[in-house]
Amino acid sequence: MSDTTTDIRDTTADAQGTAAAARRTTRRTRPARARGARGAGLGVAAWLLGLLFFLPIAWMALTSLHSEPDAATNPPSWAASLTLDGYREFFGVDGGASPWPALINSTVASLASTLLVLLLAFPAAYALSIRPVKKWTDVLFFFLSTKMLPVVAGLLPLYLFAKNTGLLDNIWLLVLLYTSMNLPIAVWMMQSFLAEVPVAVIEAAHLDGARLPTVLARVVAPIAAPGIAATALICFIFSWNELLFARVLTGVVAETAPVFLTGFITSQGLFLAKVCAASLVISLPVLAAGFAAQDKLVQGLSLGAVK
Amino acid sequence: MTATTTAPRAATPIRTQGTPNARLRAWATRAPLLPALIFMITVTQLPFVATLVISLLDWNSLYPDARSFAGFANYGEVLTDPDLRRSVWTTILLTVAVVLASLVLGLLLALLLDRRFRGRGIVRTLLIAPFLVVPVAAALLWKHVLYNPEYGLFNGLLHYVGGPQPDWISDTPLLAVEASLVWQWTPFMMLILLAGLQSRDHQQIEAARVDGASDWQIFRHLTLPHLRRYLELGALLGSIYIVQNFDAVFTITSGGLGTANLPYTVYQTFYQAHENGLASAAGVLVVIGSIIIATFALRVVSSLFREEVSRG
Repeated sequence: MSDTTTDIRDTTADAQGTAAAARRTTRRTRPARARGARGAGLGVAAWLLGLLFFLPIAWMALTSLHSEPDAATNPPSWAASLTLDGYREFFGVDGGASPWPALINSTVASLASTLLVLLLAFPAAYALSIRPVKKWTDVLFFFLSTKMLPVVAGLLPLYLFAKNTGLLDNIWLLVLLYTSMNLPIAVWMMQSFLAEVPVAVIEAAHLDGARLPTVLARVVAPIAAPGIAATALICFIFSWNELLFARVLTGVVAETAPVFLTGFITSQGLFLAKVCAASLVISLPVLAAGFAAQDKLVQGLSLGAVK
Repeated sequence: MTATTTAPRAATPIRTQGTPNARLRAWATRAPLLPALIFMITVTQLPFVATLVISLLDWNSLYPDARSFAGFANYGEVLTDPDLRRSVWTTILLTVAVVLASLVLGLLLALLLDRRFRGRGIVRTLLIAPFLVVPVAAALLWKHVLYNPEYGLFNGLLHYVGGPQPDWISDTPLLAVEASLVWQWTPFMMLILLAGLQSRDHQQIEAARVDGASDWQIFRHLTLPHLRRYLELGALLGSIYIVQNFDAVFTITSGGLGTANLPYTVYQTFYQAHENGLASAAGVLVVIGSIIIATFALRVVSSLFREEVSRG
C-alpha cells in the first residue's frame, strides 16, 4: 500500500514522538533504548494487524473493480485489468433492478428519523441534565432498558398493526420505529453533553426573561452543538444499517438499501464484482460518517460513559 | 418553566411542598421530558404487552379461526422442541464467544495502538473500517468473497500453501458466523479500551517504573484494574447488540446448519411458519435473557455514572 506517502496527518505526531523518544534515550540510557527497539517491533505488529483487519475490505474494493470472470478465480487474480462493470451492473445501467429507490428510501428513513429523534431527545435531555427532575436516574435507566428490549419482542404486533392499518410497506412506519430505536441512545448521549453546559448561563438567560424554547434554541443548542452533531451521526448510522424491521415491514415500495442487499444472499458465482460494488456503495455513507467522527462514535456508542 | 412560575397566585400560601404552585412547578420541570417518554412507552412497551398476550394464544395466522387460549403451552413447546431449544443454546454460544474473542483481540490491539509509532493514525483508521461496513454488506463479504470454497479469498490464499480447501460455511457454520462478527466487533472493543488506556494516570505509571516495576507488573496491577470498568462496558454493550444479532445469521447461513439464534428463530416462526403464538413465546424468552444481562448491565452502568448522579 502507498500509505507512507499519504502519511500527512501523522507527520507532526510522529515528529513529536521521535523527539520525545530521543529525549528519553538521553535521559535514561540502556533500558530506554531496549524499550525503543521493542517499541519499533510492536509498531510493526500493529501495522500488520491493522492491514490484516483491513484486508477483507481492500479485497472487496479490488474485486468490485474486476470483471466477473476475473473476480471468481482460484488462485486470486491480483493483477487482472480493472473495470467499472460491477458498478454499472449494480446501478442497473445495463438493465436489472435499479438500487436508486432503495437508496432514496434509506436516505429518507435515516434523515427523517434522526431529525425526529433530535426533536424529542433534546428537550428530554435538557430536563434530565440542566434541571434534574426527581428520580431522574430512574428515568434515564428506563430509557436504557428499552434499548435492552430486543427488537424481536415487538416485531409481530407491529407487523399485525401495520397490516391491519395499511401501513405495511410504508417508509413512515420505519421512520417511527427507527426513532424509537435511537431515542434512548440519543437521550443518554445528549444528557452527558448537556451536563457540560454551565448552569449559570442558562439562569442568566431565564432572568433576562427568555422562555424555555428560546433558551433551548438560542443558548443551550449552540453550546452543545458538537454533541448534538455526534448524536445525529450515530442515529443516522443505526437507521441506515437496520435490517430486521425493514425486512419484515417493507416490500416493494419502501424497500431500504440493506433489504436490497439481501437480494444478493443466494446469488452465485458470476455476480461477485456486483456484490462487492453494491456492498461498498451502500456502506459508503456510514464509512464516510464514521471516519469523520471516530472519537465521537465511541463516546456515543458507549452512551457517553467513555470520554 | 419561567412561563408558569412567574405568576404566583396571591392567595396561595407559599410553602415548599404540596402547594399547587410547587406542583405546577414540578410539572413544568418535567414537561420537556414527556414527549420522549410518551413516545417510547407507546412504541416499545405497547407492542411488548401485545407480544405477551399473543404468547398465551394458540394462533397460526394461516388458520385465524382456530385461535384459542393456550396458557403457557407455547413456552413449554419452545423449551422442549429440540430445534427451538437449540436456538436458545446457539444464542448463548454465539454471544459469549463473540464478546469474549472480540474483547481479548480488542485489548491486544488497544495496547498496541496506545504506543507511539509511525502511522498510528492510519492503522487506527484501518482498524475501525470493519465496524463501519453495513452489517448485511459485511456478512455478504464473508459469505461470498471470503468463505466461498471455490473462489473465496481464504481458499485462494490456501492454494499457495497447498493445504486443504475446506467449505468453511458447511464445515464450521457457527464458527463462520462468529468469525465475521468478531471481525466487526473487535474495532468497537478496541476503541473503548483505547479510550480507557489513554485516561490512565501516566505519572503513576512513571513512578512505578522508577521504582523498578516491570511492564507486566504495571499491566497487571495498574492498567488492568483501571481498564476493568471499560472491559465491563464493552462486554455489556457488545452483549446487548450480539444477543439480538439477526443480519449475520440471516445472510451467511439463513439460520441453517444449527446457526439459528433466537432472533432468527422468532423471525422464521412467524414470517415463514406463521406460528404467531410460538413466535411470541420465543420473543418473550429473548426478553428474559436480555433482562438477565441487563441486571448485570445496570450495576456496571450505575457505577460508571455514579459521579454524575451526585450532580442531581
